[in-house]
Amino acid sequence: MTERRDPDELLADVQREEARARRGRLRIFFGSSAGIGKTYSMLEAARGARAAGADLVVGYVEPHGRLETERLLIGLECLPFLEVRYRALVRPEFDLDAALVRRPAILLVDELAHSNLVEGEPRPRHAKRWQDVEELLDAGISVWTTLNVQHLESLNDVVAGITGVRQNETVPDRVFDEADEVELIDLPPDDLLARLRAGKVYLADQAATASERFFRKPNLLALRELALRRTADRVDAAAREYAGRERHSRPWLARDRFLIAVAPDDQAEQLVRVGKRFADALDAEWIVVSVETPELLKLGEARRNQRIEVLRLAESLGAETVTLDGATAAEALTEYARLRNVTRIVVGEAKRRGWRSWLRRSTAIELARRGREFDVSIIAQREAPGSPPRAYPGSVPEIRWRRYWLALGISAVCTGLAALMYPYFELTNLVMVYLLGSTIAALRLGRGPASLTAFVNVAAFDFCFVPPRFSFAVSDFQYLVTFAVMLGMTLVVASLVASVRAQTRVAGARERRTALLYAMSRELAANRSFDTLAMVAVKHVAETFASEAVVLMPDPSGRLQLPEGERAPGAFAGADLSIAQWVHDHGKPAGLGTDTLPAAPAQYLPLAGTRRTLGVLAVRPRQRRRLLLPEQRHLLETFAGQIALAIERAQLAEDAEAARVAAETESLRNTLLASISHDLRTPLAVIAGASSALADPNVELRPDARQALAHSIDTKAREMSELISNVLDLMRFEAGEVRLRLEWETVDDLVGTALARLDERLRGWRVEVVLPAELPAVRVDAALIIQLLSNLLDNAARHTPRGTRIRVGATQSDDTVELSVEDTGPGLPPGDPERLFAKFQRGREESNAGGAGLGLAICRAIARAHGGRISATPRPGGGACFRFVLPIGAEPP
Amino acid sequence: MTQAMFQVLIVEDDSAIRGVLRTLLEAQHYRVIEAENAGRGSIEARSHRPDAAIIDLGLPDRDGLSLIREIRDYSPLPILVLSARTLESAKIAALDAGADDFVDKPFSAPELLARIRAVLRRNARGEQQLPHLRLGRIEIDLTARVATGPDGALHLTPLEFRLLECLARHAGMIVTHAQLVREVWGPERAGDTRGLRSYVRMLRQKLEPEPGQPRYIVTEAGVGYRLILDEPGPERLD
Repeated sequence: MTERRDPDELLADVQREEARARRGRLRIFFGSSAGIGKTYSMLEAARGARAAGADLVVGYVEPHGRLETERLLIGLECLPFLEVRYRALVRPEFDLDAALVRRPAILLVDELAHSNLVEGEPRPRHAKRWQDVEELLDAGISVWTTLNVQHLESLNDVVAGITGVRQNETVPDRVFDEADEVELIDLPPDDLLARLRAGKVYLADQAATASERFFRKPNLLALRELALRRTADRVDAAAREYAGRERHSRPWLARDRFLIAVAPDDQAEQLVRVGKRFADALDAEWIVVSVETPELLKLGEARRNQRIEVLRLAESLGAETVTLDGATAAEALTEYARLRNVTRIVVGEAKRRGWRSWLRRSTAIELARRGREFDVSIIAQREAPGSPPRAYPGSVPEIRWRRYWLALGISAVCTGLAALMYPYFELTNLVMVYLLGSTIAALRLGRGPASLTAFVNVAAFDFCFVPPRFSFAVSDFQYLVTFAVMLGMTLVVASLVASVRAQTRVAGARERRTALLYAMSRELAANRSFDTLAMVAVKHVAETFASEAVVLMPDPSGRLQLPEGERAPGAFAGADLSIAQWVHDHGKPAGLGTDTLPAAPAQYLPLAGTRRTLGVLAVRPRQRRRLLLPEQRHLLETFAGQIALAIERAQLAEDAEAARVAAETESLRNTLLASISHDLRTPLAVIAGASSALADPNVELRPDARQALAHSIDTKAREMSELISNVLDLMRFEAGEVRLRLEWETVDDLVGTALARLDERLRGWRVEVVLPAELPAVRVDAALIIQLLSNLLDNAARHTPRGTRIRVGATQSDDTVELSVEDTGPGLPPGDPERLFAKFQRGREESNAGGAGLGLAICRAIARAHGGRISATPRPGGGACFRFVLPIGAEPP
Repeated sequence: MTQAMFQVLIVEDDSAIRGVLRTLLEAQHYRVIEAENAGRGSIEARSHRPDAAIIDLGLPDRDGLSLIREIRDYSPLPILVLSARTLESAKIAALDAGADDFVDKPFSAPELLARIRAVLRRNARGEQQLPHLRLGRIEIDLTARVATGPDGALHLTPLEFRLLECLARHAGMIVTHAQLVREVWGPERAGDTRGLRSYVRMLRQKLEPEPGQPRYIVTEAGVGYRLILDEPGPERLD
């Protein structure tokens, strides 16, 4: 049974294949640990390929001073190293640009997990070598490289758990999964240990100390297993895809969706990695969610940064990241999980223990209780050995001493008031005064000062009023209850107020972001020109991100240009065009806060359209940290998306307009040429023939024949002149060069002048003028209206036989005057009468009536310029009727 | 006085047009002086003291308008503009600069000759008022302000008389709207041409045999009016 596949998926496949065909192929020599001979195997394979004639170049191989390896390099073309200085050090590094210039078919780049010297000089373009490799692949260069299992991002913590050594250099699993070939280099642990003892394994200095712990047989066995398993997973996936893409045949709805909830704690990173493994194993989508609760805001900066790092890690592992807000994490999570049809929520283990867990349930417990539609997986926290416990100092909120003084002041006022009341009121009533004071302190001053008020109030009440007075001794045991209630109540109110306030702040910030985005979208939607769009974009980005920004657009050759002309407020003048160009060409972000050139002071975001990158948005924040927050980065990306959308819309509109104009111009040009050549040549033929006959002394002409010839020259010359004026007039109209010279004119004058102008032409027709006696004056350009009427009259004469009747009439309605020219000729040609008013349109194609088909087009242009309209209708009883409706115009002041 | 021949200066850069004009004018017994640019035209105008000038607006060395202004500075010489600039604004500019009338290119010979005759008549008469007009079967005595038709006296209002007088002073030539308003109503009414339109209409209704298709008071679309009189018998006034 063959199952029909979704066309979208087929398309995606085709596109993937195409992209793959253009892209270079990545071959990874993969192993379980250092020393098993990956580089050696790679070089051996390289020699084979070279011998077979492949254009193969060694981009970078660390020989580690081993003779065997160096021997293999002999005879292979090697790129020179790039000397990168960092402080006092000079390190040989891979030269990406040299490789791109050399453009071999296959390039060898050792150590995929290597980190470039970001701070070095010259600055590397990317932070990581795998990014260099991606760029090479994108450029169509095939790359061979080496990788150890412990450097795979998702296995990082597992390996750390096994070996106790944490790797800082990691490669996203995506790179590994998308590699075209993975060659597993395997060596039994005993052999490896033997090689190690024989000194054949190079260890970097810093690794040497850890080597004792690392190269132990149990570790090596475990790593070997990991490497084998990871390779097997890959093979499995490839086999599945090959065997008819089993996983794609599953309906998309059935695909699991996991939600990984991370809190800003030490377990977050582990949760993300676990999530990745879950998602991979079950072929599920996964979303990493962080909840912005009021509590989060109270955390120290280091903790909040950690949260951001975790979200970035998740993004780099292929997760979708989302930040929610809500009073409690559990509430926000369940709501979002329902919204997204999540099948499973993964959370860390409960952190609240003892009495606190009793007071407020942990998120994990709360989720399990609430969520009936999805599974909840609770992941136990494992100590990750080897990772040094990172110190996260809690925030040290600045202490506002003034508030504490105010707190003491409130206590003093309360005591004073109580002292005044003491002679007249019971002690329980005095308690109320103190309680009121504490509550006010809680509402106004925050938790610390409120607590102070509470304690001082209790002390003051005890000391001043509770018998025995003026001692802290308490004679009656029941006052202890009073003290406890006073204290408890103050603290409860204070924390309640604090949490409400914090939540308002969170909600406020969120609302502000949405509002800003909305404001920009709306303003973008209202604009069409690129310059205004860029100005609007820059203004909003600059305001929202407290930064300078600029939108860089490419010129027709694809080079990005700094905008010219006046600068918008918040414009960023110092954008680095070379970075921007890279971003534009690769469609990837670079600069601050990204993996590429992170040391740059500004972030460069591609403005990605549906077909190509439209431009680059460069943003330089006044505080670097501003753009490092994922929420801010996401927001900026959303802004960039909106801007790109607006620009694309404007471009599409412009393209469509240009195409339309081009097509119209083209067809107009053709008709114009055909028409003019015909309409000019015919009278010219008459003129040339007649005049040459007149000029020839050998031709004997009778006086009346000479007269006739001269007359025909005259007539044809006038015709040509008319035609040329028509063409010129129409061009002036189209170019928008016609400015109406509006004057108050009487209709009979206009009609009379038109008739006078055509006096000779209309001889032979019976012209009737029927104008009502009291027509209002109209505010028009007399010359143009006379031309319009003349054209209509000429048209009537052209298309009707001599001796028939032409009737010019006028009627008035409220604010318009309608002029009409009726004839009793053959009537309108079949088809839409509107067509007659198009340029170069003749009523009947083969008609010999003459005229270039411009007359009525000019009539329409004139009518429109006056805010009037013109139409053609068949006349009842035969013939045609052209009507022209003209607004009378405003009364003169 | 032997042969009182009128001298006409032609300032035109196209030699073919100069040739046609010369043939036409000489056939009508005018003497023709030719100049192919404004500089030359200026010299010829000063040295020959022609009776009329035909000036093209598009000249190679400078604009015809400036030549018109220059000549107007020292001479009431009648100037006829011959131009392919058919825009009304260009015509008004030429008239404002001091030209007496204009003829569009391409032109017809009878029209051109009629215009030349009209401007020459005006020159011979100076700024004096014609004593009386004859419009078909209507006689008008402008001095006595009496109009008589075939059926007896016609009543014209004083304003209508002034309008007619103004047109008659420039008989055969164009008078711009602005000029008419200025001369009939006075400078303070300049720009208000609506009244002018209705007075012209009323005048036509009284004087024209077919007011719908006037033949004496003719509209020059967008520029002004022209009073066309039946040509008097002899070509030349002595």
